[in-house]
Amino acid sequence: MVRDVENPILTVRNLSKRFGLGCRQCQSGPTSHLDKNYCQNCGTVYACAEVSFDLYANEVLGIVGESGSGKSTLLRCLYFDEEPSGGEVYLSAYHHGEKNVVLASSQQKRYIRNHTLGMVYQNPVLGLKMNFSAIGNIAEKLIAAGTRHVADMEGRGHELLQHVSIPLARIKETPKSFSGGMQQRVQIAKALSNNPPILLLDEITTGLDLSVQASVLDLIKEIRRSTHISMLIVSHDLAVIRMMADRTIVMLDGAIVEAGVTDQILEDPQHWHTQQLVYSLL
Amino acid sequence: MNIYYNFAYFDEGSKQEIRRAILKAVAIPGFQVPFASREMPIARGWGTGGLQLTLALIGRSDILKVIDQGCDESVNAVSIKRLVTKTTGVDITDITERATIIQSRHRIPEVPLTTDQILVLQVPIPEPLRHYEPSEMATQKLHAEQEYSGAWLMLFEQIMHYRHMSTGADHPVLVHNRYVMAPSPIPRYDNPKLNYSPALVLLGAGREKKVYAVPPYTQVVSLAFQDFPFRVENFSGKTCRLCGYAAAYLDELVDDTTGTTFFQCNDTSYCFKRRNETAL
Repeated sequence: MVRDVENPILTVRNLSKRFGLGCRQCQSGPTSHLDKNYCQNCGTVYACAEVSFDLYANEVLGIVGESGSGKSTLLRCLYFDEEPSGGEVYLSAYHHGEKNVVLASSQQKRYIRNHTLGMVYQNPVLGLKMNFSAIGNIAEKLIAAGTRHVADMEGRGHELLQHVSIPLARIKETPKSFSGGMQQRVQIAKALSNNPPILLLDEITTGLDLSVQASVLDLIKEIRRSTHISMLIVSHDLAVIRMMADRTIVMLDGAIVEAGVTDQILEDPQHWHTQQLVYSLL
Repeated sequence: MNIYYNFAYFDEGSKQEIRRAILKAVAIPGFQVPFASREMPIARGWGTGGLQLTLALIGRSDILKVIDQGCDESVNAVSIKRLVTKTTGVDITDITERATIIQSRHRIPEVPLTTDQILVLQVPIPEPLRHYEPSEMATQKLHAEQEYSGAWLMLFEQIMHYRHMSTGADHPVLVHNRYVMAPSPIPRYDNPKLNYSPALVLLGAGREKKVYAVPPYTQVVSLAFQDFPFRVENFSGKTCRLCGYAAAYLDELVDDTTGTTFFQCNDTSYCFKRRNETAL
């Protein structure tokens, strides 16, 4: 058990994602000829550049940065929505963390995604099937993870949707007819349905009004207390990070510029960009 | 003016291309093989997929039967038969046992098929995941990764809404433990006939340009849940008004003059056969 605490359940090393082919000019050196993370010569965008971090069991890791800093791309790479251009990812659930997940076959990636990861997108359209019922959406994830028993799935769906305060009378409606906050909560229920050890949350409160934001954050805290799940929370909202994250990494132009305990980063920011972020807090 | 067509309407090159697609389809049970669907003298969506397979397969010694929704005499079946006889001169039959090639829409005949027969089914939508995922690129990926949650999800939704699986036709099947396949809009009643069928079953979708197959003696399992097993349509207590038989797929019809409902065999040639046998 001591090993489990010491070993990260997710290890990311030198993860890179670039959109575009790259040219001799922008690949010659770390900061050569780049305008922020954009190569003016060939138009390549370096969304993530050599990102490395660890996520431990029962830990919440916050990722902050201005928009376009590569936070969401990082999460999408980890959920296999995007193919990383380089780097290594290790999951303790996959070959005891000894094999690079990036090199796994697409079938294996699908398996990992269905069994060990849960993802909540900023836009519920990406995470939900809008034309299928709310309970059907929960069942989709359970079916993908191998369940073939309707009553079991229905029971689990009821339990989760009740947990996220969706009235039972409405669970057979499609998320299309739900408000944005309700859609987001259905998405969270879906991500949690097969008890994944790792939950990836991408700007989940952005665009929601304050009271709904509070209830979604409450829900996440409650889930964390009751399930000991590890979370990766991407947000540009420092208040959310302060409230949720144990440790925080700060990203700028695709690279990590600062990492540490959340309180320390917010009280005593070292990097000029972190200082800018903290001081622009209203 | 007389127009002289090549044997079986197509030029030899076209037949070759379709046969190649058929061979590939037989080699990978349940996998949808793309093919260059030809222009036909009937409109796409009216059985051009099945017709192209039939024309590519047929030889001078073949005997053809064409059925449309269980009926040998419906307009579409008759038109297809006329085109084939006009361009090949092969024999046409209504009797299932006599036929070597059976082209069908929406039904598998009641008489069990044999190893000497080929069943050609016309398919409107070959992709079992289409209603779940509209993009062809995405569904091809799902097939490659054997990710069939979508097919199960559609059945789950039916159970949520109606408390049973309500597929009227085209209930998805798992072929040879690998590919989930749309069996064409045959009723659930016919799904078990595909399982370890002695006859080769070919499915052609002309509009969607796909050919797929169930080779003889291949396992075909209808999708179902542990607590909601697959069930065929139930006709208990009902018999055919004409032949009096109960163990066949029945149509429910309304008598226009009296307003009462009655039942009748859907497979007309089977019903004739039974009535002829009892008359003797």
